Amino acid sequence: MTTTELAPLPVGSGGPAGVTVRGLTKRYGVRPVLDGLDLEVRRGECFALLGPNGAGKTTTIEILEGVRPRDGGDVDVLGEDPAVAGRGWRDRIGVVAQGEGGQPALSVRETLDHFAGYHAVSRPTAELLSAVGLEESVGVRVERLSGGQRRRLAVALGLQGRPELIFLDEPTTGMDPVARRRFWELIRELRSDGTTILLTTHYLDEAAELADRVGVISEGRLVDVAPPDELGAALRRESTVSWLEAGVRRRVRTASPSAVLRDLLAAHAEVPGLTVIRPGLEDVYLQLVGAAPTTSEGDLR
Amino acid sequence: MTAVLTPLPTSARPAPPSAARIGLSRVGLELRLFFRERQQVVFSFAYPVVMLVIFASILGTEERPGGIPFAQYFLAGIAATGIMLTSFQAVGTAVAGERERGQLERLQLLGTPPVAYFAGKAGQVLVTAGVQLALLLPVARYGYDVLMPVDLAHWATFLWVAALGALAGTVLGLAASALPGSATATNTAISALAIVLQFFSGVFFGFLESPGWMQQAAALFPLKWLTQGMRSAFLPEEAGAFEVAGGWEHGRTALVLAAWVIIGVMVCMRTFRWRRGEG
Repeated sequence: MTTTELAPLPVGSGGPAGVTVRGLTKRYGVRPVLDGLDLEVRRGECFALLGPNGAGKTTTIEILEGVRPRDGGDVDVLGEDPAVAGRGWRDRIGVVAQGEGGQPALSVRETLDHFAGYHAVSRPTAELLSAVGLEESVGVRVERLSGGQRRRLAVALGLQGRPELIFLDEPTTGMDPVARRRFWELIRELRSDGTTILLTTHYLDEAAELADRVGVISEGRLVDVAPPDELGAALRRESTVSWLEAGVRRRVRTASPSAVLRDLLAAHAEVPGLTVIRPGLEDVYLQLVGAAPTTSEGDLR
Repeated sequence: MTAVLTPLPTSARPAPPSAARIGLSRVGLELRLFFRERQQVVFSFAYPVVMLVIFASILGTEERPGGIPFAQYFLAGIAATGIMLTSFQAVGTAVAGERERGQLERLQLLGTPPVAYFAGKAGQVLVTAGVQLALLLPVARYGYDVLMPVDLAHWATFLWVAALGALAGTVLGLAASALPGSATATNTAISALAIVLQFFSGVFFGFLESPGWMQQAAALFPLKWLTQGMRSAFLPEEAGAFEVAGGWEHGRTALVLAAWVIIGVMVCMRTFRWRRGEG
């Protein structure tokens, strides 16, 4: 499967929001972690939350899951406030947290069979095993699984109760490339079935591949939100023109690369090493979180 | 693309399973996990037997007040201690460890009712304490000629004292697991308390031989009552004259143990946490 195009949102989506957050604040001691965060995830959408370590992604997700109290702001998840919602609400939510939380002495099958009994409706164990590719490890105890296999078991547990909304906190950490690709297929399938998905990730290709929209968190606020190829619209208009001049590489960032090229070609008969690069998701992301140099190294004379 | 997941049902979602059903399935799970932890199994089942063998071999010829053979007196104490270890100490350390390893977090995310989790622990403790006693009593009876409870009434006393003691130990272990600090620190505190209580509560020595302040301190904790209740089941009627109150005090024993169960449950309701730190 080579397509990176996502199918349009299924019919029936666009009803009430899956997740609505207004002015969310959270402090650990005196240190503010979330500083007035706003966020909206539509029903049936796959939304990726990006941000550097410590930006507040996991804190946000844990507040939305109802396992961490907030200091301020309004939060609505599937029509209820997670801080006070009950078991019926929780059964509609699936979570793949960063921790594993498995019982080391249980086998994969025992784990899935046991936890099936916690849900109103649950997917059959065989179906989960093939969805995450653990068929061959079904009799293996959790303590003998590799890190990537444990992640896959955590994903299976998150999907088990047929959730309407699933939170995935860095779901593919530790997975090998084949397992990651397989996981992407699974997420696309869930999305086409109408499951709302909110995931955090450090892999920008994962966000670009899976998400309808991407939100970037920096210092406790959502600094931008857009479809992956439109993120940082203003930043994207700046292309980088680069060439060699007397053996030294020169770079110019410009909103009008054609004009720069015209000037260049007018001044030199031959321009060695000439490239024009439009910023990719990674460049935009690094600029948004303030981790990239914003000034060009050289200027056109 | 291969469709491996069946689509979401469109009909309304039924209510999640009841706490009782989850609790029952947790009893099975806890037992399975218990028996897979070899060290735990050996310690729980061998400790009272080994202690009985050691003490009865060294002090076997001694007598306790009222002409009671030492092994007879000691069996009651070590049976009570075994129950405390499989309930209070085992549960307290297990829960602290499960919390630290994030296993309770998983249960929280699944919406597990806390009472179902407690029930799983209590069920596991009742079964393992039963197995422990079923191994200990024949060793005492056939190895050291210790008399068993003389009639049905004494067996009944043995059963209600054991069950109430195990329940009190379970809820107090759950409560103690919420102590601040790492699981290792919690385990150390729980083990230290368990050891001191054994010496305070008349397990090894005749309770009347210990100083008054120690007797009064011990009377605050359940182990003293559990031990006394066990003596009332195993020792002859007239030995009750050598208790502090000059009798077995069944009413007070039941009251104190039941009070500890209630206090333990109330403390658990207020302090039980699925994760370390806040939330």
